[in-house]
Amino acid sequence: MTRKILAFLLLSLSLSAAADQHIQEFRLPNGLKVVVQEDHRSPVVVSQVWYRVGSIDEFNGTTGVAHVLEHMMFKGTKAVPAGRFSRIVAAAGGKENAFTSHDYTVYFQQLEKSRLGLAMKLEADRMENLRLTTDEFSKEIQVVMEERRWRTEDKPQAQVGEQFMAVAHQVHPYGRPVIGWMNDLEHMTAEDARAWYRTWYAPNNATLVVVGDVDPRQVFKLAQQYFGSLKAHKLPQRKPQTEPEQKGERRVAVKAQAKLPYLAMGYPAPALRSAEEWEPYALEILAGVLDGNAASRLNRDLVRRDRIAVDIGAGYDMLNRGPSMFEFDGTPSEGATVQDLELAIRGEIDNLKENGVTEDELQRVKAQVIASDVYKRDSMFYQAMQIGQLESVGLSWRLLDEYPKRLQAVTAEQVQAVARKYLDDDKLTVATLDPQPLDENAPKHKEMPHVH
Amino acid sequence: MYINKVFLAVLLGLISVTARAGLPIQHWQSASGAQVYFVENHDLPILDVSVNFSAGSSFDTRDKAGTAAMTQGMLALGAGGLSDDRIAGKFAELGAQLGGDFDPDRAGLKLRTLSSERERSQAVGLFATVLQQPDFPAAVLEREKARTIAGLREAATQPESISAKAFSAALYGSHPYGNDEAVEPETVEKISRDDLAVFYRAHYTRHGAIVAVIGDLTRSQAEQLAEQLTAKLADGPAAAAIPPLPLPLQPVEKRIPHPAAQSHILLGYPGIKRIDPDYFPLYVGNYILGGGGFVSRLTEEVREKRGLAYSVYSYFMPMREAGPFQIGLQTKREQTGQALALVRDTLKKFVKDGPAAQELKAAKDNLTGGFALRLDSNAKVLDYLEVIGFYSLPLTWLDDYVGSVNKVTVAQIKDAFARRIKPDNMVTVVVGSDAK
Repeated sequence: MTRKILAFLLLSLSLSAAADQHIQEFRLPNGLKVVVQEDHRSPVVVSQVWYRVGSIDEFNGTTGVAHVLEHMMFKGTKAVPAGRFSRIVAAAGGKENAFTSHDYTVYFQQLEKSRLGLAMKLEADRMENLRLTTDEFSKEIQVVMEERRWRTEDKPQAQVGEQFMAVAHQVHPYGRPVIGWMNDLEHMTAEDARAWYRTWYAPNNATLVVVGDVDPRQVFKLAQQYFGSLKAHKLPQRKPQTEPEQKGERRVAVKAQAKLPYLAMGYPAPALRSAEEWEPYALEILAGVLDGNAASRLNRDLVRRDRIAVDIGAGYDMLNRGPSMFEFDGTPSEGATVQDLELAIRGEIDNLKENGVTEDELQRVKAQVIASDVYKRDSMFYQAMQIGQLESVGLSWRLLDEYPKRLQAVTAEQVQAVARKYLDDDKLTVATLDPQPLDENAPKHKEMPHVH
Repeated sequence: MYINKVFLAVLLGLISVTARAGLPIQHWQSASGAQVYFVENHDLPILDVSVNFSAGSSFDTRDKAGTAAMTQGMLALGAGGLSDDRIAGKFAELGAQLGGDFDPDRAGLKLRTLSSERERSQAVGLFATVLQQPDFPAAVLEREKARTIAGLREAATQPESISAKAFSAALYGSHPYGNDEAVEPETVEKISRDDLAVFYRAHYTRHGAIVAVIGDLTRSQAEQLAEQLTAKLADGPAAAAIPPLPLPLQPVEKRIPHPAAQSHILLGYPGIKRIDPDYFPLYVGNYILGGGGFVSRLTEEVREKRGLAYSVYSYFMPMREAGPFQIGLQTKREQTGQALALVRDTLKKFVKDGPAAQELKAAKDNLTGGFALRLDSNAKVLDYLEVIGFYSLPLTWLDDYVGSVNKVTVAQIKDAFARRIKPDNMVTVVVGSDAK
């Protein structure tokens, strides 16, 4: 008892807070980081546990195991048997779920504020005490395969997206889908999931993010109470698996039953590694100029003016543990081909490199940045997401203050410079959907028989 | 890219209109005739406002199905002499966001803007123009028709949309609630600029306007805002009533072959109205059957015990007249028969026996205990104001919610399901394979 109180007092000295975000952080001796943002608009709280492990940490043969383990985390501990977790949260009036990405695995609850301790108690329990039975695994792996069928196998554009990533990343694990290849799922065992859990689920590989109508000191006390006794693990060394420089364009086509073709294009681009870099911010502004609002270039030129596309998009995400990409995707109008659309997009890119962006375009994107920074405060969940994401990719929530300012500082010249540097023809990957007529009689997938 | 543990039907949100006790809703009729619902909240320097009308797909005619949606979609694509590019550019300069609502009953637009004077006045001014002076430019209409038709042709190849269309046709037949899924390339092709103008004048009327407002402005500013957004609308008669939906007297089953890896299965029956004496027994009962995510009976039987599907759900979508009661799931084609039989069995048992007392307690604990979560953002409050306004629910409806849920008994749920849902006369749609 005494020891606990002492530890708490000592650690509270290291609290630090951002000026206007009302965020504080704290680290338990076992390595668990706790970040709390006060938001007193409603008597509710969101609690998210972010594990710094995702499909980026997987190996061939067991792709999808990070996501499978996420499913298994609901399948029981000694104290909370299978099926109980969700019922306990529901009985407390809560909402809960989990998600897995390339970079992290996240578990969350949204509750009336007095129930925060319950969420922590449950999360602390399954951080260390998961009982991963072969019986539960054999049912849940079927659910995950259904999820893959629903999410990817039967969605032509999702198949294109999967192939696009696979071709763009020949070495880096981002080339493998988060949900895993079907064949790997078919051969996955309960032991694969157990090994994953033993290796990665530890307080020193996690961040607890709490946003809501809470007192940070109370949150830290609860975190200490519930997570304090968990043991840190030694984590495996993570190797960079850096993608070798691409030396020439890459192309892939996917045939699937559909009516309209579809095009995905992308170029390797840097992710944000430290707050001081300017290129990622310039790339984000570039994405905004191309596709940040209804007035952006691609929609204006290719959908509204030239009518060559039914839909068009561009995107860039600077927050990744691995490499980022600058991406385009779109559906050609009837009468146009994917080649026409690709040429049109490359025309827009050439124009950008040659002539840059206008001051009006820049100002529009920056107006969106300012407004979004205010609008986001209407969602506690989204604010928690931002904190967790920054922490999990190896940056800090302290960047939240910086982020809009850095975007504001980007100049038209910098936007043009990153367009010239990164939208390089020799580093392009193109994936296309070649639509096939519907043939009702031929099943699309021949599946391996399952042994259960 | 995220992969969620479960896919929660978006529609679930529509059925759970609830609020913290004491949400101070101010309501008045504007000089224009519009009904206004306002919550003053200065926590954030933002303003959310929407204007809705009885202008959803149920007001279409079948031969030109798609007119209502096109009218709503075209409002911001040319207004007051400003082009679509100009309108989009102006909203973007102000950091304002334009959105909308569209369903069989209603259509409307919503605006989110900063509440600072310059941004607010300019964004609201432009919003007023878009709502009250749409131009429906003929050239833009041709472009949007082509985009809609391309989308319809694509949808016609995808199992999810094929099943939704077949389900609607089987459940609604020629009833106006079937219009939404009766939009075809041929019906869109026929829509003219005049059709949009006529539809707009008839349905986007001053007396039919429901204005919902939440955010950083005073009552007098809100009064002025509502007037500014609706005073120039046409005057017109109230929307025609939607005819009641006839109940199916025998089961309908449609099997549509498709080569997909999964079969898409939908079951349904006419459900409830927004104002309906059985609303709470059916709503709470459905939470237990298939609305409560991981803890519902359908999820327990289909997913947790047998691993037959990633997502299985049921919902009631309450509308002016009876919206659908729907159960849905997707499963590997080889196990279609097994999954369908299990779902039918689970439904039948629930309708016959009702829930256990313990299940009802768990449902009430969730629905009442999580009450505060339902209104923890301005965006959510706006949605609820729209529903309260559009369906003329009592202003105390939210305050009464917890009490209404707590009053529901096992006997009421059993009785309501027995009277309202007939497991032997359901509509069933299977797209995929019927292999057992």
